[in-house]
Order: sequence, then C-alpha cells, then structure tokens
Amino acid sequence: MIYLIIAGMAIATIIPRIIPAAIIHKMNFRPWVHRALQAIPFAALGALIFPGILSVYEDQPFFGLMGGLVAIVLSFIGLHLIFIVVGAIASVYIMSLTF
Amino acid sequence: MSEQIDKTHVRSKKEMVRHGLVIGLPIILGYLPVAITFGVVSSQAGLTLGQIGAMSVFVYAGASQFMGVNMIAVGAGAIEVIIATFVLNFRHFVMSLSFMNQLREHSLIRQLPLALTLTDETFAVASMHTEDGKEKNGIYFYTILFLSAYAVWVLGSLLGGILGEVLPERLSDSMGIALYALFIGLLIPSVKQELRVGMIAIVAMLVNLLCSPFMSTGWSVVMGTIAGGLSGIYFLKEDEHT
Repeated sequence: MIYLIIAGMAIATIIPRIIPAAIIHKMNFRPWVHRALQAIPFAALGALIFPGILSVYEDQPFFGLMGGLVAIVLSFIGLHLIFIVVGAIASVYIMSLTF
Repeated sequence: MSEQIDKTHVRSKKEMVRHGLVIGLPIILGYLPVAITFGVVSSQAGLTLGQIGAMSVFVYAGASQFMGVNMIAVGAGAIEVIIATFVLNFRHFVMSLSFMNQLREHSLIRQLPLALTLTDETFAVASMHTEDGKEKNGIYFYTILFLSAYAVWVLGSLLGGILGEVLPERLSDSMGIALYALFIGLLIPSVKQELRVGMIAIVAMLVNLLCSPFMSTGWSVVMGTIAGGLSGIYFLKEDEHT
C-alpha cells in the first residue's frame, strides 16, 4: 500500500516538472511572456523566503527572522554563498542556546 | 562567487563539471541535514529502508515527502496524499516552464534529466547562473549541479533511515535556516545589481503572505510566484535587449 502511495506521489511530482520540457519546443512566446518567465526565478525566491522563513524554528518566528537578517547582511558584504549559509545556521544555533 | 571569466577561453566539459560541483556545494550542505531528518522521521513512522529510498528516488520533493510520511502515519488515504502532493508541487510547473524556456535550444533528451530533478533549490541556483549555462559546455554545468543535489538527497535520507538521529536535535533544528539562507544569498546579489529584481521578489512575498490564510502553502507559493512573474512584465520592461 505504501509503495502504491509512493508511486502516486511520484506521478504527482513528475507531471508538473516534465510537461514544460515536453511542450516548450512547440511554444513561441510573445516578448511579454518572456519577461514574465525571466522574472519567475526572482518571484519564486521571494515566495519561497517569506513568510516561510518565520516557521524555521518551532514557535520562535524571531529566530528565522534574525537568521534571515544575518543572511542579508552577509550577502551584502559579498561573502560566498557557503559562508552565508553557515553564518545563518550559526546565528540560529546561538539564539537557540541563549533564548 | 564572482570569478572573472575569460571570454576567449571556452571551459572544457571537465572544468564545467567541477564548476557545477563548487556552485552546488551550498545546496548539498542544505540538503544533507534535511535528508537525514527525513530518513529519521520516516523510519520512526514505520517506513522500511526500501520505502524511504524509493520515496527519495522517485518523489524527490522535500516538503511533499515529509507531508506524505505524516499523512501515511496518521492513516490518510492514498488519494488524499497524492492530491496534496500535486498541490504542494505545482510550483515546479511554473519554475520548470521558466527554466525550460531558458534551455530552449537544447534537445528534449538533455532537458529531461534536468526537468525530472528540478527542485526549488536547483532551479534557483541554476537561474542565477545562466551565464555559465549559456557557455558551450553549459549543459554539463547544469547537469552535475542537479544530479549532485539528487544524489545527496537520496544518500542522506538512507543514512538517516539507517543511523537514526545522527545530528544533535538542536543542531538539525538550527540547520532549518540553511535553505532560506541559500535563497537569500542568491537573491541579494541580483537585487544589488538591479533594484527592480527586488521589487519582483517583494510582490511575490506580499501576495504569498496575503493568500496564505485562505489556501494551502502549496497554492499560496504558486500565487506569489505567478504574481511576481507577472509584475516582471512591467519591472523588466527596459531590458528588452538582453
């Protein structure tokens, strides 16, 4: 039964992923559609970050918010992505020890 | 990483593979604790190692897998789980459409492995490195980026299933910020270059926030992403030449 559910979940995740690959060669988009598609990565980043970041740590929306601010500051300084990630983890870890 | 790319030098396949691994490192770091946690949670919920592995190999979608295991544990029906998975993962349709449009000139055979292993994270990193992807051997860069993330996800979830709690709970909880930090670290450099890009992200955030009381997380992320994308029709108007 569980394998049946897994098979169903697999189909449910594969369909949205591969349909664009299957149809893209047949589609010719107008310039405004191209602009919308080019904006999607930035839009997706925004929608993925907020408000989800507030639920990083159970019952402590403040931890996620502060961790996010640390990540913003470290990105502004121009650090490599790996240090931004490590820095944000460290900041949340320290907060979880302190508060 | 803003290493100077020598325009006259076309990087070899091997160089592109190495570059893909380096660029993909933050995803690997972010996936490992989540994958291990998935393995731990699933084995506690009573899934066998084979089922854990099968889920990571064939479903390969973090949030959906956690939700699926939860629903299985409370005895939800198959149809319920499958529909919830579809709703949660529909955002990948929008992302895949954007990315496959980027890969237009490649054949379906080369697009398929990337489409199948597209996640929030691989899509986001790849989309911020389209300059690398446009190079002659760019497809190798994308492919190794996507496949290394996939491998770590599968291996990590098996590791969690075998070993149980490998990471101290406080540390794995704190590592929940990792993927958000990754997204922020990807977004900020583009915002620094082009403020309009930040406006697109803010539109997406606000629409997601406004929608979230009325619908599931899956749909509100989709709404936010589409709204942000549509705002790009206006915000990206001036760079028609790119």
